[in-house]
Amino acid sequence: MLLLKDGRIGEDPWRHLDDAEPLPDGAPATVSLKRWSAERGALMRRKGRLGLRLPNDAAPLALAEDIARFDLIALSFPRFTDGRAYSQARLLRGRLGFRGELRATGNVLRDQLMFMRRCGIDAFEVGDRALAENWLAALGEFGAFYQPAEDGQPWIARRRALAG
Amino acid sequence: MYRYDAFDRRFVEERVAQYRDQVRRRLAGQLSEDEFRPLRLMNGLYLQLHAYMLRIAVPYGALSPEKLRLLAKIARRYDRGYGHFTTRQNIQFNWIKLEETPDILAELASVEMHAIQTSGNCIRNVTADPFAGVADDEIEDPRPYCEIIRQWSTLHPEFSFLPRKFKIAVSGAAADRAAVRVHDIGLYLRRNEAGEVGFEVLVGGGLGRTPMIGKTLRGFLPKRRLLAYLEAILRVYNEFGRRDNLYKSRIKILVHALGVEKMREAVEAEFAAMDDGPLALPAETIAAIAAHFAPPDYAVPEPGEEAALGRALAAEPALARWVKHNVAAHRAPGHAIVTVSLKPPGRPPGDASAAQMELLADLAERYSLGEIRVSYEQNLVLPHVRRRDLPELWRRLGEAGLATANIGLASDIIACPGLDYCSLASARSIPIAERLSEHLASRDQEIGELHIKISGCVNACGHHHVGHIGILGVDKNGEEFYQITIGGSADENAALGAIVGPAVPSAEVTHAVDALIEVYLDLRRKGERFPETYRRVGAQPFKEALYAPA
Repeated sequence: MLLLKDGRIGEDPWRHLDDAEPLPDGAPATVSLKRWSAERGALMRRKGRLGLRLPNDAAPLALAEDIARFDLIALSFPRFTDGRAYSQARLLRGRLGFRGELRATGNVLRDQLMFMRRCGIDAFEVGDRALAENWLAALGEFGAFYQPAEDGQPWIARRRALAG
Repeated sequence: MYRYDAFDRRFVEERVAQYRDQVRRRLAGQLSEDEFRPLRLMNGLYLQLHAYMLRIAVPYGALSPEKLRLLAKIARRYDRGYGHFTTRQNIQFNWIKLEETPDILAELASVEMHAIQTSGNCIRNVTADPFAGVADDEIEDPRPYCEIIRQWSTLHPEFSFLPRKFKIAVSGAAADRAAVRVHDIGLYLRRNEAGEVGFEVLVGGGLGRTPMIGKTLRGFLPKRRLLAYLEAILRVYNEFGRRDNLYKSRIKILVHALGVEKMREAVEAEFAAMDDGPLALPAETIAAIAAHFAPPDYAVPEPGEEAALGRALAAEPALARWVKHNVAAHRAPGHAIVTVSLKPPGRPPGDASAAQMELLADLAERYSLGEIRVSYEQNLVLPHVRRRDLPELWRRLGEAGLATANIGLASDIIACPGLDYCSLASARSIPIAERLSEHLASRDQEIGELHIKISGCVNACGHHHVGHIGILGVDKNGEEFYQITIGGSADENAALGAIVGPAVPSAEVTHAVDALIEVYLDLRRKGERFPETYRRVGAQPFKEALYAPA
């Protein structure tokens, strides 16, 4: 799977482990929430970067104590119309202060990118390279937005206040 | 009226450019219809039975002459010369070509309009009391809050893929003219014991397949926290609202399943965890938006104006009738709120031709300080008319077929587009409305206030559940039948109507409505409206009349 991150399209450096698959030594790997819950102690101690695959019906705030352990949290968009992970992203970034990679996986489409990025998602699984090239443009379609979010950009009301 | 600043202008222009590119990609085959559908829907474009339908947002129903003239131009150039005002204060055009929609949106942007979020599973165009800012029973003007909500909800990154559509209505008056209690979120401006103005917040109202009246989530919310509280409700809904069944996805189902206490707990917990930071509305922010809605300079009436109007009314009974039904009290001395009926007998409710729109734009400039409003009852409102001008205005409206004196009366029927246009419909609504209004118009005076509402399917765009008499089109083995409900009401005492009995065939609807009206006229006490009579006497007399052997 290709990955769009930091304005570039590249290969995904992470391995995504099945629940029965042994942990690779030191290599960056993600585990399911189920596996994290079952093997929390061992995974905490493991050397190397760890990522979590969060189902979109899980409560992000339950991760409050563990959040610093993760270098990556992969959010799930099983269908692009299922927007639960947008709220998860905002809670992870805004409420829990997660600073690692927040990745959109599943049915990720070009025209949802700007919403995702505003919610704090900074990496996107993309299907094919030819289409993905055109995706970067999707992130620049608007100069400013109306609400505060998790993208660190001043929103329009704030800009108005600054403009006096 | 709110005027765009440079940020707003740039935003709608960027939106048009974005949409133009989406249409280009669709026509080039780079987007599948499945992928394109939510994008076009978030720009108000539906694919209906015969053509594309474009629904244009009229935020909280407010129009200027310039905007109305542009809508007339769209009707002429891109449609068949007319438009249809909807029960959510919007306007829709029914004969649109996909490839022309980017140009239409560009034209709209030139007059500070758009079609953003008039469809899709997102926060829809916010609606309000069409008498906002002029009604004599108002605590505070709801429009600044509507505009604040409009901006906050526009392309909201978290709430653009909700379980289902989401509708918000705001009223600042004692009388509810915005059907607030049948919205996903309803907001009433209220004054608390300390004399501060804030919001009563209702949640979980709605019509459709499972109609429900909204429940109070909070009795008093300080204005400063309005957006944070809305965001807390939406977040709880986005997280817990059902997504497995289209018909159980609205927030009302969640509120019903959890119970309002549990819903309140969840929302309040989320609200308490949010800080009073970015979403706070300081008084200066509210004041800056409210400045756009400052009352105009009203002329002071001259002595003798009222007496002259009195003489005109005495001389012209038709004018007197129109003033009685279509004119409401205004807060400024010597002024009136005029409702222009888009319900002439025998015509589709809510339709206006390009010529009518242009005339109304002219009349609004000449007589109403350049303002027009759309009501959810599908009529237009001229909110600032000098009482001395009423006779002249009435004559000019009459020349264009716009002086029907029936506001709130039996022939002022709400109806959805139904099977004549809509791909969801089970039966036709417009011909039923046309037949009923034709038939009832001559009896409007005798019957008095009566709200008949017609929907062509269970989605209830015609608000039949809250009609005094509600009519719902159903399909029975390919034949159009109509189920009748009675006793509903959409005002501050909102109630859902009860089904009287088996659905009747199309040809018998007029007869059935007549029978219900006869019972009401027979049994009503002085001053009693239909729902009050129904509540007092019960359904039995109506049932007997409706299903009496002929």
